[in-house]
Amino acid sequence: MSIVPRAIGTPLDRLDAPAKVRGAAPYAFEHPVERPAYLYPLQATVAAGRVTGLDVAAARAEPGVLAVLTHHDAPRLAVADDAELAVLQTDEIRYRGQIIGGVIAETPEIARHAAHLVRVECAERPHDVVLRPDRDDLYKPLNAARFGRGRGELQNGSPADTALGDVEAALASAEVALDATYTTPMNHHNPMEPHTAVAVWKGGELTVHCSTQGATVSRDLIAAALGLEPRRVRVVSPYVGGGFGAKISPHGYAVLAALAAQVVDRPVKFALTRRQMFSLVGYRPAAVQLVRLGAGPDGRLTAIAHDVIEQTAKAKGYAEQVAECTRWMYAAPHRRTTHRLAPLDLPVPTIMRAPGAAQGMFALESAMDEMAAACGLDPVEFRIRNEPGSHPETGLPFSSRHLVACLRDGARRFGWAGRDPAVRARRDGDWLVGTGVAASTYPSPRFPGNATTIRVGPDGHYTVMIAAADIGTGTWTALTQIAADALDVTVAEVELRIGDTALPDASPAGLSSGINSWGTSVVETARRLRALMESRHGGTVPPQGLEVTADMPDNADAARYGMYSFGAQFAEVRVHVGTGEVRVPRLLGVFDAGRVINPRTARSQLLGGMTMGLSMALHEEGVLDPRTGHVVNSDFAAYHIATNADVGALEAYWLDTEDRYTNPMGAKGIGEVCIVGTAAAIANAVHHATGVRVRDLPITLDKLLRRLSSD
Amino acid sequence: MKPFRYQRADDVPTAVAMLAQAPNGAFLAGGTNLVDLMRLGVTTPELLVDVRRLACDRIERLPDGTLRIGATVTNSELAADRTVRRRYPVLSQALLAAASGQLRNVATTGGNLLQRTRCVYFQDLTTPCNKREPGTGCPARDGHHRELAVLGWSRQCVATHPSDMAVALAALDALVRTRGPDGERTVPLTELHRLPGDEPERDTVLNHGELIMAVDVPPLARSARSRYRKVRDRASYAFALVSVAAVLDIADGAVRDVRIALGGVAHKPWRATTAERALRGAPATAERFRAAAEAELAAARPLPGNAFKVPLARNVIVDTLLDLAERSP
Repeated sequence: MSIVPRAIGTPLDRLDAPAKVRGAAPYAFEHPVERPAYLYPLQATVAAGRVTGLDVAAARAEPGVLAVLTHHDAPRLAVADDAELAVLQTDEIRYRGQIIGGVIAETPEIARHAAHLVRVECAERPHDVVLRPDRDDLYKPLNAARFGRGRGELQNGSPADTALGDVEAALASAEVALDATYTTPMNHHNPMEPHTAVAVWKGGELTVHCSTQGATVSRDLIAAALGLEPRRVRVVSPYVGGGFGAKISPHGYAVLAALAAQVVDRPVKFALTRRQMFSLVGYRPAAVQLVRLGAGPDGRLTAIAHDVIEQTAKAKGYAEQVAECTRWMYAAPHRRTTHRLAPLDLPVPTIMRAPGAAQGMFALESAMDEMAAACGLDPVEFRIRNEPGSHPETGLPFSSRHLVACLRDGARRFGWAGRDPAVRARRDGDWLVGTGVAASTYPSPRFPGNATTIRVGPDGHYTVMIAAADIGTGTWTALTQIAADALDVTVAEVELRIGDTALPDASPAGLSSGINSWGTSVVETARRLRALMESRHGGTVPPQGLEVTADMPDNADAARYGMYSFGAQFAEVRVHVGTGEVRVPRLLGVFDAGRVINPRTARSQLLGGMTMGLSMALHEEGVLDPRTGHVVNSDFAAYHIATNADVGALEAYWLDTEDRYTNPMGAKGIGEVCIVGTAAAIANAVHHATGVRVRDLPITLDKLLRRLSSD
Repeated sequence: MKPFRYQRADDVPTAVAMLAQAPNGAFLAGGTNLVDLMRLGVTTPELLVDVRRLACDRIERLPDGTLRIGATVTNSELAADRTVRRRYPVLSQALLAAASGQLRNVATTGGNLLQRTRCVYFQDLTTPCNKREPGTGCPARDGHHRELAVLGWSRQCVATHPSDMAVALAALDALVRTRGPDGERTVPLTELHRLPGDEPERDTVLNHGELIMAVDVPPLARSARSRYRKVRDRASYAFALVSVAAVLDIADGAVRDVRIALGGVAHKPWRATTAERALRGAPATAERFRAAAEAELAAARPLPGNAFKVPLARNVIVDTLLDLAERSP
């Protein structure tokens, strides 16, 4: 059942904007509590080994210190198999930066100072943090499902390997063939608001004000760690200052805050420093990708092979779906994707905006550009020529797929027509100029675990309740618009409540599943409420009001259709011939994301994703020191993220479409597709400008300078 | 942060006397670097003497044409000063290429000169560092050193000085006026900072308690042109991989005077005296500029991760001089 869009599709101002602009929207750490104590963690300074000695006397003696927690005296937890959540349960050190203690004090300054006074002795084991494709301990992921409660080999539940036909034979006999290796580094999320938890115990019940993308999943994980019934834990998180995937799990920090509050019998506040975030809240794992393509003389692909080797942590397995998009992007009779993991003594990786696809499509879409040139075809035309009619692996039809329209519309808007394919052929003073294109895609899943309560008062005012999250994406506004249309009332008649486990359960904000899942749940509950009003109350609100709670229905069409968002991104770059500096004066994206709920917040997400893609292309790299096993550039001076000055003209458009099968709104995911392909579009444009193909991100000037000035 | 005492000085003699009493004390000006280092535990002064209120906040022209810049003049004020913008564009450009608007609003002239290296190991208490803890070793030389020195480094330390302003002042032959427990003295800016040698913990030649009061910039010939060019990993808010401050004075197609200083390549602003000698009196051509740059950089000993800085510095020197030559009268 679909709904008639009225509020949907209008650029409603962000409902949370006035409170945020006035500083009145409470973020987790700001939540006022009685006599808060403050926590500062102790972290391991070796990558593998055991804690053999802890001298905490000086720290305990410091005025204002309430307690020093270590594995010797921390309360026992109910989890043992989750190395992130099971804080202070063992003397084992599995990665550098692991929490090995915590100081709790009257002020954050005292806690931090006292933490410096603790003397730690470790028995160090040899460690191994280097991702190399020739390792002999690579393994196929078995069950790394972490998200959406699915089970499967990769973290989103999909299989590690797929194969159709005879790839090797097809590659060997291909008229045109490409064999190229692409590498991507560790990336770190770095939301503006750091991870924070404020833990308050009362009568054996715990409340955690926690900066999280998923109140329900955080509650469940914290409760499981503490051995509590989920109903005895409440997670509150109405406003979140960005997450990008790093705030789906409560990791170890929220559990540590809960333990600390238990020990000192006071509320405890814990905010991570920027440096701590580089080892305690996950990162995008580095990957080495081998892409091989074969094509006939007509430029039609005959074979696609995408083999991935990626980092995982020995402490806790994680397997990202790096080659997944290759399974549905282009037609070819012979095809294969594989994923293998390199187990390392590193912190635990996690979901980061467009997990898998961001790295995987850098490789595939760079390879497509290389292959287009090898086939003598325009890169837009080459992609269109290899457009599949149905899912190339499953044979299922797509619920909607308008990639060709995105490419054509983007080419028209960008001024692609008549592009000279010659490389290093355009120059403006000292700057070489080039353009590039890449395609974007991301699945549009709906996740289980959602329910909504809607209450209508006698005054006709509706309260819509679901523990959804707004991580800056616009949920407060968009979900209100969906509710208004589903209830056939105006936005002003709807009050939304989200970000609190006192509300019905919700799946987390991630993998572009949020609006798809929560919106469907809200629409279903609204439908039942209206039906009840119609059947029992003559279509009017009864004097005492009415309340309905409903679970989100399953989507039977999910098994019948491939459901994905698509897009095309175009980049213009300038490369300084004497220095290799790269500038991106223009980025333009056209997206197929189904019906857009709110053009204002959607545009904001698309521009943000493209910016993050630019940042991935040119700047972001966690630099690992193999001797110590830690990311050495763990601050904003050294871990570079694109600044305003790095972003030129940025344009985001979408096709006026709807998807009949994804959900009642006709929407598809929008939060991830926009970062997918950006890095490839920029790398392709850099190649067009300079003739230099950079296959390892980020594209820093030294990689270009070396090859620019060789002539 | 380790607890510390804080005192505010209202005049220079008092400030110097206050710090003379505290062997482990430090002057505090803008605090944009010092406070960060205190938070990290890299620096643990027991006393901070706040010098922001001292009467060193003026920019004045002396009778001989020298520009005297008070030590507490902020980077924003200095960059915006009419005389600086008109007569010393290299200095204004260097200031505006550094940090962010917010930081420049509080960072001072004296403090900018005394900021410390951003070497990642120096700032990380969990790793050794000869600059932070003499004798513990230098992990940068065999580790992450992409941003670090190619000139003048020692086995003890391969750090770079991070300032942009200091590079411009080095090219301008600026003089640093100080007052310490032993009285006042004047130090050429090119001699203020040291090469690391066997004492990498000492960034400058200043003694404990010696306070920078002002920086004097001598006048430039009217026909001289100056420029600052900074190359970094992003378009804004990053330290220099390589920067060039250059002053060029051309008469009849030949170089009458040239001053070149490099940033991002050494433990101090690197005055390219070899290149300058090669160019004085020579024709102002791309070939001569390139030969001079190569002569200067012949002394470079790049590390595996920063070898790109040598051709980069060469190219930026040549580009900058060519640009100045084109704009010369």
